[in-house]
Amino acid sequence: MSTFHTEEMTLNMGPQHPSTHGVLRFVVRADGEVMREAVPDVGYLHRSIEKIAEKVGYHGFMPYTDRVDYVCAMFTNQGWGMASERLAGIEVPKRGEYCRVIAAEFNRIASHLISVGTMGMDIGAMTPFTHAIREREMINDLIEELCGARLTFNYMRIGGVAWDLPPGWREKALAYLEHFDPILEEYNSLISFNKIYIERLANVGVVTPQEAIDYNLVGPNLRACGIKWDLRKDLSYSVYPEFDFDVPVGSGEWGTVGDSMDRYMVRIREMHESSKILRQALNQIPAGPVLAKVPRNFKPPKGECQVRIESGRGDMGWYVVSDGTGYPWRVHVRTGSFAAMGIIQKLSRGLMIADLVTLIASLDVIAPEIDR
Amino acid sequence: MEPLAIYQRVKERFGDRVLEISESKPDPFCVIDPAAIVEVAIALRDDPETAMDCLSNESGVDYKDRIEVVYHFFSYQLRHGAVLKVQLPREDPVVHTLEGVWKSANWMEREIFDLLGVSFEGHSDLRRILMPEDWPGHPLRKDFVEPLEYHGISTVRESPIIRLDPKRK
Repeated sequence: MSTFHTEEMTLNMGPQHPSTHGVLRFVVRADGEVMREAVPDVGYLHRSIEKIAEKVGYHGFMPYTDRVDYVCAMFTNQGWGMASERLAGIEVPKRGEYCRVIAAEFNRIASHLISVGTMGMDIGAMTPFTHAIREREMINDLIEELCGARLTFNYMRIGGVAWDLPPGWREKALAYLEHFDPILEEYNSLISFNKIYIERLANVGVVTPQEAIDYNLVGPNLRACGIKWDLRKDLSYSVYPEFDFDVPVGSGEWGTVGDSMDRYMVRIREMHESSKILRQALNQIPAGPVLAKVPRNFKPPKGECQVRIESGRGDMGWYVVSDGTGYPWRVHVRTGSFAAMGIIQKLSRGLMIADLVTLIASLDVIAPEIDR
Repeated sequence: MEPLAIYQRVKERFGDRVLEISESKPDPFCVIDPAAIVEVAIALRDDPETAMDCLSNESGVDYKDRIEVVYHFFSYQLRHGAVLKVQLPREDPVVHTLEGVWKSANWMEREIFDLLGVSFEGHSDLRRILMPEDWPGHPLRKDFVEPLEYHGISTVRESPIIRLDPKRK
């Protein structure tokens, strides 16, 4: 009679791995298919955005902010703009704020489409990804008309937005929403409640509300734990109080509250809410200027501030120290992915190796946001 | 609670271990004796009037004559926040970790250690996070000079802008 011996082995997942969507490395200690622990090793994409900010000045830093989160560039723009405006006490004109909200919410839909689409790919289904990308391309067409870029969108400026909406754009955007809402329903009925999805995602990587706050999870990852917290509603900024929308939270319909399935569903439902905000914003947009008067030689007075905005990946905090010159003394970006990576080591214990892939996908981490 | 009211409350409790309450615009902050930071953090977390359940941000700033570690606390229950700072000497900056109070401090402190060289006493896993392990110096220090090469790989390169017309200088 022979005894069955198992031996612990160390596996390297990444830095380049098809399911990590960026350069990330995991050092996995595994016993067969079961992980003892997965230790994230980040920093392969580090390009010292914070140091660049100290060298290029306030206006000059705006295009660099896109690279902090290339899938959600509008939000990084907005965060930097709001931080600079708060330091200098500049008020953005109403139409400018509306343009910002419209651009940002389109960006949120595009970002969530990438997230739910690639999740399908990580589970082994290619088609959902192509569907999501097709929809995202149409949003990219709209955003391209706004700012000329299809990935690193750069539409916002300190004091508002660069240009007004082009003629006829509003109608095109509304027509797109008419097309998008039924597509989202279709996407849901085809993919979201698929048996394989539920089996792979439900009860995997459960985060309790206390853990989520302790590890500082933000955005959809926090809401999936059942905490109804959205900066757009709770610490409202810009013109968000003027819109009527819901904050979807995880409810554990298919498993436990706070599992991967909840995180996935929260994103699906958020796209629907964003579409609601967009309709209202496009219909109510007031006339007027879009850019406040901001001196070219922008020198905010001495001081410091932190601005928090609800990006596609959650609470993005810009901490800026000004020393009174045209160059910020220190800029620090607090991002959602950084905290989400911090919790993986804890969540990974006892999961299967295949679950690690869905766990990363459900936390929706973006490599440059971790490294900056 | 307004930030200044929170700082007054900390001041009442900790007396002269609160070194400075600054009304800096737009965000006021409060400077704490580095030796007391863990105690103050636990007090802010457990006091039902402040109930700071989250360490939302921790970053370091090099001011040339000192290094500051800046903590942004936030309370989800009461929807208010506070900014606390500790000032450390530039040569050997050491402060106790807040990892035991909030788990999120773990990674953020590793980042400050990596980029500014602040060492956190009692941290469970203090090693570089973004830069390679053998990288010389701490990049976010104001006097940091980038080495010309790293393991034989040059860190300088020619301007990527291609000159289309060779006759034009």
